[in-house]
Amino acid sequence: MQDLIISTLTQGLIYALISFGVYITYSILDFPDLGVDGTFPLGAAVTAVLLIRGVNAWLTLPLAMLAGALAGLFTGFIHVKFRIRNLLAGIITQTALFSINLQIAGSNLTVDRGTDTIFTSAPVMALMGNSNNMTRKLVVSLLLILVVKLLLDLYLRTKSGLLLRAVGDNGGLVTSLAKDKGRVKILGLVIANALVALGGCVVCHEQRSFSATMGTGQLVYGLAAVIIGISLMNYYSASPLARRLRKHKGLGWLASPAGTTAVILGSILYKLCIQLALSMGLPANMMKLITALLFLLVLVLSGRKGEEIIHA
Amino acid sequence: MLELRNITKVYNPGTVTEQTLFRDFSLTVEEGQFVSIVGSNGSGKTSLLNIICGSIPIEGGDVLVGGQSISRLKDYQRYATMGRVYQNPAAGTCPNLTMLENLSLADNKGKSFGLGRGVNRKRVDFYRAQLQSLGLGLEDKLDVKMGALSGGQRQAVSLLMATMTPLHFLILDEHTAALDPKTAEIIMELTDKVVREKKLTAMMVTHNLRYAVEYGDRILMMDRGHVVLDRAGAEKQATSIDDILGMFNQISLECGN
Repeated sequence: MQDLIISTLTQGLIYALISFGVYITYSILDFPDLGVDGTFPLGAAVTAVLLIRGVNAWLTLPLAMLAGALAGLFTGFIHVKFRIRNLLAGIITQTALFSINLQIAGSNLTVDRGTDTIFTSAPVMALMGNSNNMTRKLVVSLLLILVVKLLLDLYLRTKSGLLLRAVGDNGGLVTSLAKDKGRVKILGLVIANALVALGGCVVCHEQRSFSATMGTGQLVYGLAAVIIGISLMNYYSASPLARRLRKHKGLGWLASPAGTTAVILGSILYKLCIQLALSMGLPANMMKLITALLFLLVLVLSGRKGEEIIHA
Repeated sequence: MLELRNITKVYNPGTVTEQTLFRDFSLTVEEGQFVSIVGSNGSGKTSLLNIICGSIPIEGGDVLVGGQSISRLKDYQRYATMGRVYQNPAAGTCPNLTMLENLSLADNKGKSFGLGRGVNRKRVDFYRAQLQSLGLGLEDKLDVKMGALSGGQRQAVSLLMATMTPLHFLILDEHTAALDPKTAEIIMELTDKVVREKKLTAMMVTHNLRYAVEYGDRILMMDRGHVVLDRAGAEKQATSIDDILGMFNQISLECGN
């Protein structure tokens, strides 16, 4: 039981990386990017190949992000320069990536036990060599997610980040600030896809494998996590507790959590729900069905709040 | 100085619904002039503003600023020296960003949007003073999301944001049309104050004939892509609402309304 909780938490944390990417495209940019299902395995494919070739485990993180960034650049470029609709631009990237991923990896890959992943890399083993495998994975994922979350929060507060938030909120304003809104959108897609590929990279480290079909349903996962997280945050921000906290000088910051915090919680909750359904005896083959049904449930429950969520 | 030279604007070219709005349309606006533009729906007022701002393409002619053609510049490039306030109060601000964030964005126009802090705390006092001058009690609402403010408040902030950095032209596109009469009055007075203080060249499209007569130093009436009335200076000062209204009715009769 304890193992199950730890592994679910770890999964929730790792998959929050995808949700960060979806948060940027769907919530901030108002650009439903279907490329996610291709970018996620792209990150994993690049990572698997690099690990098998003996590249340092930590180095695969920025390299996978770079690959994801290029995919985002492509989606953004064809959307902005050729005016391909956002949904279609994502579908084109996703479809192309399926073949590209297989070209990169050659076939489905397994990283053998002898190869160091980030979870078994020297610095981690030096610090936590005595802990068991699962605890180590949890701690490393937690730290990784926190670092990414803090960097993302910091970025969203910079001038560039502010412009990114503005472009999804009111593109016309960006134009009137004498900035090319197309470029800002492309930048957002680059960052988002880099994060999704990072998710794929870490999942590859965790599972020690890449499969061409591992991207299927990842967008739905990311969306569900984002919508659960943001809906809960909206409920919480309007709650009497948050209102009371807001009046306190020192505790005011607790009243309005960052969107990224909400997304992490959404991701963990969603993994938990899926895990619950599976542990109640549903076969693993049913996982995507459960993912879809749960997503539907989330959409129905968050109901009228839908319009707010889009721009949350 | 702003010049429109021999502008041709055709809507839906090459289709059965093809419609020519402007043919050889020319207009010159002097530096520092405050022009009010009136005219019925479809007379080309808003198209005129859109052509100046580069929001819609033109089929022929040239737009010049200070003798230099800007026709090849993209819309966002033209906004480097232009500000625009729209009819819809939501169009000028970001509803999900706070007022402070909105003002910070506007304050940074013309500079690079890099990795520096988005909100410069040192400028907060300046923003407060600016908001205070609006007289709408907005100076205490810096941390409120823009979407939570009323239409009038948003429009006042839009005006502030559009004119925060140095600019040449101010484009006002029926910017009081969606407001209640009292708020519209406040916004109109603010507009006049800003235009005078900053010595802006302004073009204001309005359906409010009284504003068109009372404010600005030149009045244009448009009808089906033509300027049918153009008065400036003393001649404009002598123009009354009745004159404009009379002309309006005459045009409407010609149209068969």
